[in-house]
Amino acid sequence: IQTYIAFLSIFLFMYEYDGSLFVVGPTTKMNLFQSVTSALDNTLASDPTAVIFGEDVAFGGVFRCTVGLRDKYGKDRVFNTPLCEQGIVGFGIGAAVAGATAIAEIQFADYIYPAFDQIVNEAAKYRYRSGNLFDCGNLTIRAPWGCVGHGSLYHSQSPEAFFAHCPGIKVVIPRGPVQCKGLLLSCIADQNPCIFFEPKILYRAAVEQVPTEAYTIPLSQAEVIQEGSDVTLVAWGTQIHVLTEVANMAQEKLGVSCELIDLQTILPWDTETVCKSVAKTGRLLISHEAPITGGFAAEISSTVQEECFLNLEAPIARVCGYDTPFPHIFEPFYIPDKWKCFDAIKKLIIY
Amino acid sequence: MATLNSIKNMYGICSHVIRQTTGLRAAKLIQQRAFRVNGALRQQPFDSSEEKPQFPGASAEFIDHLEFIQPNVISGIPVYRVMDRAGKIINPSEDPQLSKEQVLNFYQKMTLLNTMDRILYESQRQGRISFYMTNYGEEGTHIGSAAALDPRDLVFGQYREAGVLMYRGFPLDLFMAQCYANVDDLGKGRQMPVHYGSKDLNFVTISSPLATQIPQAAGAAYAAKRENTNRAVICYFGEGAASEGDAHAGFNFSATLECPLIFFCRNNGYAISTPTNEQYRGDGIGKTGSTLFCLGSRSVCVRCEPRILCRAVAENQPFLIEAMTQATRIGHHSTSDDSSAYRSVDEVNYWDKQDHPISRLRHYMTARSWWSEEDERSWRKQSRKMVMEAFEKAEKRHKPHPDLMFSDVYEEMTPNLVKQKEAMWRHVQQYKEHYPLDAYAK
Repeated sequence: IQTYIAFLSIFLFMYEYDGSLFVVGPTTKMNLFQSVTSALDNTLASDPTAVIFGEDVAFGGVFRCTVGLRDKYGKDRVFNTPLCEQGIVGFGIGAAVAGATAIAEIQFADYIYPAFDQIVNEAAKYRYRSGNLFDCGNLTIRAPWGCVGHGSLYHSQSPEAFFAHCPGIKVVIPRGPVQCKGLLLSCIADQNPCIFFEPKILYRAAVEQVPTEAYTIPLSQAEVIQEGSDVTLVAWGTQIHVLTEVANMAQEKLGVSCELIDLQTILPWDTETVCKSVAKTGRLLISHEAPITGGFAAEISSTVQEECFLNLEAPIARVCGYDTPFPHIFEPFYIPDKWKCFDAIKKLIIY
Repeated sequence: MATLNSIKNMYGICSHVIRQTTGLRAAKLIQQRAFRVNGALRQQPFDSSEEKPQFPGASAEFIDHLEFIQPNVISGIPVYRVMDRAGKIINPSEDPQLSKEQVLNFYQKMTLLNTMDRILYESQRQGRISFYMTNYGEEGTHIGSAAALDPRDLVFGQYREAGVLMYRGFPLDLFMAQCYANVDDLGKGRQMPVHYGSKDLNFVTISSPLATQIPQAAGAAYAAKRENTNRAVICYFGEGAASEGDAHAGFNFSATLECPLIFFCRNNGYAISTPTNEQYRGDGIGKTGSTLFCLGSRSVCVRCEPRILCRAVAENQPFLIEAMTQATRIGHHSTSDDSSAYRSVDEVNYWDKQDHPISRLRHYMTARSWWSEEDERSWRKQSRKMVMEAFEKAEKRHKPHPDLMFSDVYEEMTPNLVKQKEAMWRHVQQYKEHYPLDAYAK
């Protein structure tokens, strides 16, 4: 198990590879952005129709995710587009409709909104509205996601909740390099348009032994990373590492055994795994950086109270960002850090 | 500026092309498409010794005095046309020299579309279908542009291009099925009328949001270019939709990524109630295109377009055709619109009676003794009968099975939808008297 300290100390969590995934084949040490490059490399090698495009991807991308790919596979396959997200996604949809495997990069999830119409009104509905004559299942959109210590309003957002409300697309968020490569390859292979959010703070901070060959991790399957009996903890992306520490703190200081679940796919989400866990423990805590009102924890909360009402020993706890834009200097106060989550567990136990 | 330069280039090239291709028939031109990858401009290497602005892709020079480029300095962009209002070819060397069979086919398709429009518009007024949009006055642009395409070319439309689909052979039964959302609808009853689509005929299903198809067409053209199978893409939109951000995005992407694509703007003077002088400033939307060309609407599209298509495919460049339909949109925007609220009945009557593409084509044919009064009468009767038969048949068919409400959201059925479908049926079984189950397939 390899442990790497997070890049910025204000986050106060340790990145730990949980070793829960059994993957075969030769591996090499990769950080998150390298695991993205590896997945894209595998794809370009095996699928001659695959193309990667977006702002600045040609030289390697602002986060180095596409380094080396243009030289290796050609400038007709890895290319820059004009600075226009609605164009990037619209172009990607058209390429996918015409049969190419289209992998679009949006430079930051914070800038995905100009493409909202193309994603929600077009990509998500292409197959349904055409009676399955046409579809853009070959489209995958990737974007860096989540807080990074200094990103402020426009380099820190987690917009998964906006897209969770849109039947027809899939929304996927990995917690580390091994999951990232497997989930990204699943998104690319999946015959539905997918949005893949990559936790930018983990691009360098998260390092694991990642298989060099292609492999997939199933979509819409949550992973129970750690079993427990007293409280169910649900999160995705970076927050999993916060909750991993919180689970240890709960065990040491409170003697509370936590079951930690990584949702992985936000839409369509794995209700069965979460409900099964809450039926066992009777207590649920959901945590995300995005603002609490209308955040995805609200959807999970609602479904769980419907399915597990009689099992619940306490109200469902949501530890999330406040209902403000993501602040700059106030980030340490804004984020759902391990102390807020720990405190929420205390309240769950004594309810 | 770039646009002006490309206008100059365009005219220079066009006249060259005209001289070269005089006498060639449209059909031959389509087969003669050559295909080359990467035919576009090469980047100038950086050379700081030259007294020129050094920007990648730029060809500008310095000047030493401030000069504004006035829009009025250049007179309006000329509008190319082949036929006058009476159906007479103005310049004999521009005569497309189409055969009698081809022209008769065009005329019959245009009039069949017109007949179908009249009947379906009325059927909406009578409450038989929920909505309709007519194509009055634009039949020429549809049929003409469709005739110049190869059947494999992918078509992205907006909503007023039914003639393209009709030209390609979409049967009346399927037009009606979509409008009635009955069990034969290829779209499985999911969309409002006129949102047609056909995979076999390479016509991408219509969607209501405007201009979204424009960047998509650029992407599809890029993929077609990489496939290297000599396929082009055409993208239709109205002059109103051209104001959308997606339009600018699509034009820009197709130019920078060198996509073999024709943008076909149907400029009919109105976007619902908004006239063109409130939509843009200038003679047309053409100023925003990277290369541009303006045409009159007649079946002369079939004259110019093959040449443009050849060049689009050979040079991987987008071309913009702005068809000034020279008739205002003759019909209302849709059945939800009453255009007498914003324009005069006289204006509409003038275009309908004096300058309609169908009557112009008829004059052209009668002048060559290809079409008589008797032919006109018997064709009117026959086409009306065909439409009525399809109409009556479509009206009697059931609606699709309600299970189809839940499929195709994703490629696979997801667990939440399986549960929701079961919940719906349990509810409907219990309250069945409140649901119109008899109208739907069992």
